Amino acid sequence: MTEASSSAPLNSAGVATDDLCELLLRLGDSSLILAQRLGEWIGHAPAVEEDLALSNTALDLVGQARAFLTYAGELEGRGRDEDALAFLRDTREYRNLLLAEQPNGDFSVTLVRQCLFDLFQRELFAALSQSADQRLAQVARKALTETTYHVQYSSGWVVRLGDGTDESHRRAQQALDDLWRFTGEMFTPDAVDARLTEGGVLPSLPSLRLGWLAALDAVLRDAMLTRPTDGFFHTGGKQGHHGEGLGRLLAEMQFLQRAYPGASW
Amino acid sequence: MSTTPHDWALYEVFVRARAGLDHKHVGSLHAADPQMALQHARDTYTRRQEGVSIWVVRSDQISASDPSDADALFSPADDKVYRHPTFYTIPEGVEGL
Repeated sequence: MTEASSSAPLNSAGVATDDLCELLLRLGDSSLILAQRLGEWIGHAPAVEEDLALSNTALDLVGQARAFLTYAGELEGRGRDEDALAFLRDTREYRNLLLAEQPNGDFSVTLVRQCLFDLFQRELFAALSQSADQRLAQVARKALTETTYHVQYSSGWVVRLGDGTDESHRRAQQALDDLWRFTGEMFTPDAVDARLTEGGVLPSLPSLRLGWLAALDAVLRDAMLTRPTDGFFHTGGKQGHHGEGLGRLLAEMQFLQRAYPGASW
Repeated sequence: MSTTPHDWALYEVFVRARAGLDHKHVGSLHAADPQMALQHARDTYTRRQEGVSIWVVRSDQISASDPSDADALFSPADDKVYRHPTFYTIPEGVEGL
């Protein structure tokens, strides 16, 4: 426990409530934003079966986001529920990973992005299942079963594309090269992460990268793709610094609640 | 082989609703290979907890009877009621028959 947070209210796991709330926003926002991206494929996927597959994954991610954001809203204690957090926060208040908000591009960009993210979620949720925060651990355990399938689906496609035609291989490798600079953020802890790791709530993020890389390398080997060399990694999404694409994504996602506050089905 | 969806094979999908029941035909879908067919079947036909097990088989691997042979194949059974086990009395309390 650091000096800065020692006076803040603690939760049952012994970490500052503010820190836990921040973590839940990060987890929930990454799932929510990626779900919205996947939803953009509905009606545009190469086959109706893929339309369903992508939207099924999106709905799983929305379910995760609901659980994380609801919990965050309760901890925050300002009366914001999952909907208020999803639909009434601006770009700078969003805490998602930069990888999650990257544009869909072509099918290979979407599936490479998904595979990088799914493999990360699988490592993260497996570790979070042992979190000192019981409620977080419970959500992670449920999400892990979903993520296990997501990995099968997205890694299967990365192999098909990478080991497919010359054109699909070229596009998959290009997608991997372009997205690589957004993968470092997943394993880069800030002060909040560090305090939560110390409190046993969050696994050490850098330590997750070993398992992630091992799983990814196995996929890339089957896919005949080359893992890019590590260079500059973009960070800042978790602190609210996003690319310009997120604003447009939120404008579409939040339009109804902004135009007709409180509208419901 | 090209992998555009237009070249994907048609698969028939069979889903077992609960342990102990048999697999029932639920529909068909397109996929590049059996593994993708299973994933598509999962995503298309088990979204609402319809199943615990899936079979897929390429539609062109199914041999089907010719509808024009239906009379020759099936009508001879019409007048053979003695083949139905209706002459047995079922003891009370026996379920599942």
